[in-house]
Amino acid sequence: MKPHSRFVLSVLAFGYAFLYIPLVFVIVYSFNDSRIATIWGGFSTRWYGELFRNDQVLDAALLSLRIAFTSATIATILGTMAGLVLARFGRFKGRTLFSGMITSPMVMPEVITGLSLLLLFVTLQQLTGWPGQRGFSTITIAHTTFSMAYVAVIVQSRLMSMDESLEEAAMDLGGRPVRVVFDITLPLIAPAMVAGWLLAFTLSLDDLVIASFVSGPGSSTLPMYIFSKVKLGVSPDINALATLLIAAVSLGVLIAWIAMRRMRT
Amino acid sequence: MPGENALNRDQLWRHVAVAVPYLWLLVFFLAPFAIILKISLADPVIAQPPFTPAFDESGKFLASVDSFRFLLTDRLYATTYLRSIFMAGMATLLCLALGFPMAYGIARAPASARSLLLLLIMLPFWISFLLRVYAWMGLMNNYGVVNNLLMWLGLIEHPIQLMYTDFAIFVGLAYSYLPFMILPLYATLERMDLDLVEAAQDLGASRTRAFWDITWPLARPGVIAGCLLVFIPAMGEYVIPYLLGGPESLMIGRVLWDEFFVNRDWPLASAVAIVLLLLLVVPIVLLQRYQARDKEAGI
Repeated sequence: MKPHSRFVLSVLAFGYAFLYIPLVFVIVYSFNDSRIATIWGGFSTRWYGELFRNDQVLDAALLSLRIAFTSATIATILGTMAGLVLARFGRFKGRTLFSGMITSPMVMPEVITGLSLLLLFVTLQQLTGWPGQRGFSTITIAHTTFSMAYVAVIVQSRLMSMDESLEEAAMDLGGRPVRVVFDITLPLIAPAMVAGWLLAFTLSLDDLVIASFVSGPGSSTLPMYIFSKVKLGVSPDINALATLLIAAVSLGVLIAWIAMRRMRT
Repeated sequence: MPGENALNRDQLWRHVAVAVPYLWLLVFFLAPFAIILKISLADPVIAQPPFTPAFDESGKFLASVDSFRFLLTDRLYATTYLRSIFMAGMATLLCLALGFPMAYGIARAPASARSLLLLLIMLPFWISFLLRVYAWMGLMNNYGVVNNLLMWLGLIEHPIQLMYTDFAIFVGLAYSYLPFMILPLYATLERMDLDLVEAAQDLGASRTRAFWDITWPLARPGVIAGCLLVFIPAMGEYVIPYLLGGPESLMIGRVLWDEFFVNRDWPLASAVAIVLLLLLVVPIVLLQRYQARDKEAGI
């Protein structure tokens, strides 16, 4: 293997700096005592205290977590079915439309997805009376719809890379297809399902635009609350919130990474 | 041997596995587009919901193309669509210029370092998108980190305007979408046969020549997938132009949002969405074809 050229090395260094420097500054400024977020006024943890006394933040975070948990779980079930269908069922009527509908939500601009789902909910309400109120249920449905696509793709590519011989052997030994799916296939794709669930969970926690369209008065998710504050400019308690989130995500990813390395060796 | 009943039950399970996700997507993904189309043909009214019904009392279908006519005649919309294409295109080029050497460097790094390097590319992606855009607000302020640093270095005397400019939007878009470029590029570059490059060089090709004749054509599927993965969502971006751009740096996602939330003109917002979707149909179909081909190639 040839050593890297100086050019590639410097772009790599620049790229990683570009990705991480903004985060470093958010962390540093979250410990800034000054109310004016751009002037350093000494070390302090007061913004963390204020964050935990802020009921609006806590309510919004709780709602976001509930939505993320529910939508990730439904998305994992639906997405696993879809991935299984795409990888193992061969050709069937309507397959092209099916795989198109699986991949499109991933690239669809959020404003279009959000607007179209809201209009659906409004139309449904006119016709059937449901949903009477927009909030938890409508946001959960919206998040499930776009994150099941990610789960399906992860599960599908795991199944494609896996050789079918185990499943075929089980069938040859007289196992019924349904039993084979539950006894052989699902345990084998469990890691992909976990990865898919985690991705769906973070995507749901992350979403601002779609949730803003399909939520109703009185139900703000955490990104909606953050957005309403950062619209007005840089604010120190949002720095603190961002730092907590960065810490939580980094810790989670680190644990997952170490666990995966252990499993491999 | 399983009995006939069991076989029937297996068939039933197969149908369930197809039908449940299929129905979900038909109702919550495909049907909404029909509804957008229907409402884009309505007229705005002050009512709840704020548009005219599709059928009058006698059951006649009412369609008005006023929203589309307005969209096509008012210069603002045409310029905003063009600007969005330009902004998304620039962001795509920036991501490619930065992402290609990075993906190349990672793909050629020692195998033991690769997974960590990739993890570091993905990590920011897992942290709130909104907060990552917000981080740039603090950096690019008039008295933010970048300006303070430049003044301290003596490169500038007064703060330069970074925030609320097109430049800020480019930086924000490139920052947010860089991982979408690097990951597909990495996937193709990692599979590439290095012997080809070496053979070319042994036969007397210069490094540059070997790159353009061997590496670049082989990496093309990754380049195209990466560019589309950046360009398509960047076209409709709302948060980045709103937080980092100025009042003049309009992008179509923001116009759609304002028509809907501020002006409450739902038919016009729907028409804006339909035209945006029409502009994106070609790139989306192209992306799906590339991804399908990739899957057949067996990754």
